[in-house]
Amino acid sequence: MSCEYACSTLHGYIDGELDPLRSAEFEHHLENCRECAKALEAEESLRSALQHSGLYEQAPVSLRKKIRAELEAVTAPPMRLRLAAWRWVTVAASILVVATLSWYVWPRSVTTDASAAPFSAAEMIDAHIRSLQPGHLTDVASTDQHTVKPWFNGKLDFAPPVRDFSDEGFPLIGGRLDALAGRNVAVLVYGRRKHIINVFVLPTKEPDTPIHPPGLRQGYQWLHWRRQGMEYCAVSDVSVADLHELAQLIYQ
Amino acid sequence: MSGVIQGRSSDVLDVYERARFEQLVMPHLDAAFNLARWLLRSREDSEDVAQEAMLRAFRFFRGFHGGDARAWLLQIVRNTCYTWLEKNRPVEMMTEFDEELHPQPSVTPESLAIAGDNRARLSRALESLPPRFREVLVLRELEGCSYKEIAAITAIPIGTVMSALARARQRLQRALVQDPLQEASREL
Repeated sequence: MSCEYACSTLHGYIDGELDPLRSAEFEHHLENCRECAKALEAEESLRSALQHSGLYEQAPVSLRKKIRAELEAVTAPPMRLRLAAWRWVTVAASILVVATLSWYVWPRSVTTDASAAPFSAAEMIDAHIRSLQPGHLTDVASTDQHTVKPWFNGKLDFAPPVRDFSDEGFPLIGGRLDALAGRNVAVLVYGRRKHIINVFVLPTKEPDTPIHPPGLRQGYQWLHWRRQGMEYCAVSDVSVADLHELAQLIYQ
Repeated sequence: MSGVIQGRSSDVLDVYERARFEQLVMPHLDAAFNLARWLLRSREDSEDVAQEAMLRAFRFFRGFHGGDARAWLLQIVRNTCYTWLEKNRPVEMMTEFDEELHPQPSVTPESLAIAGDNRARLSRALESLPPRFREVLVLRELEGCSYKEIAAITAIPIGTVMSALARARQRLQRALVQDPLQEASREL
């Protein structure tokens, strides 16, 4: 190959890395140089072969899992756990305040009437609708419970139980933090066919309650229950039967 | 190691940084694995090296101040691969100084099209190139990196990425048409 263009400029040209001036110059040259035209054709067929022969090798799932486990092992506990002792007093005091307040605010709204959810129903439905807007659904998007669960560490003063129910038809989509009635709430996001189910979780001191009959507002249903120190509210536009199925999976 | 990678390796990262790492760097694990796979020519070794590189990236993560996370990670992967090669396959690293342009045997688009049609043959040809040629081809054609990214990852000056690619492609073409197995298939 003797044309010096073919040895260098041609490559910038097929890679789209020439500035417009040099690109136009090369195209002009191409009209008169058979050698370059032929070389260009050869390079293009080579490129197409490289890109369409399935040479790209993706990381095996087992590797991804192994790396996640290793990262977990070398991750320090959240800052909160490393605070000096005196800071603990403040933390404990604020937990006490929150607990006391919630004791007053929380139970009456739920136990007296099943349609009255832990937070005001309007607030919860608003949060559900907000989450459906683009980019608002998840703070951590992962179908892996071992990714979602640690993500909450250090962001909340409780650890919400996170499980994936893909096998039962409710794949875990991810998690997010919401503030409802001034409290930080963990939200687990599940999918059901093309629908989204938000499960709001926060701690409670109240005893367990069964899954209440569904509430309905603005076309969304919700179910509420308490289990092992956690308060749950599942909200969605799926059928009550579907919502109940997921609630039971989480309840078990 | 270049200036992009800084950080105190003794530092332990906390859950916040881990969440950021998960968001910014983990999505490029496939890119990391693919580059390691083609540099080391072995899936098994690549798993070990990609894993080591991810852990190194995690430890260096405080030194990453935004920007192109893929290029940042691939730079670490590449360095980890070369360290591994120097240790485990020193001979391979010695055989790559033959970089001058050779006169091209008659390569026609047709013969290339036929040769490139076969994944196994393409893969063999790519693997027969010295690592420095292999990496620019993998980064450009499989990973779709720009010249600027290739320069950042491989530490080649940006002005010479184009000629490095030109040489690498020429070598690949030669390897493809000279593939010994091709001769056999031609006789059929």
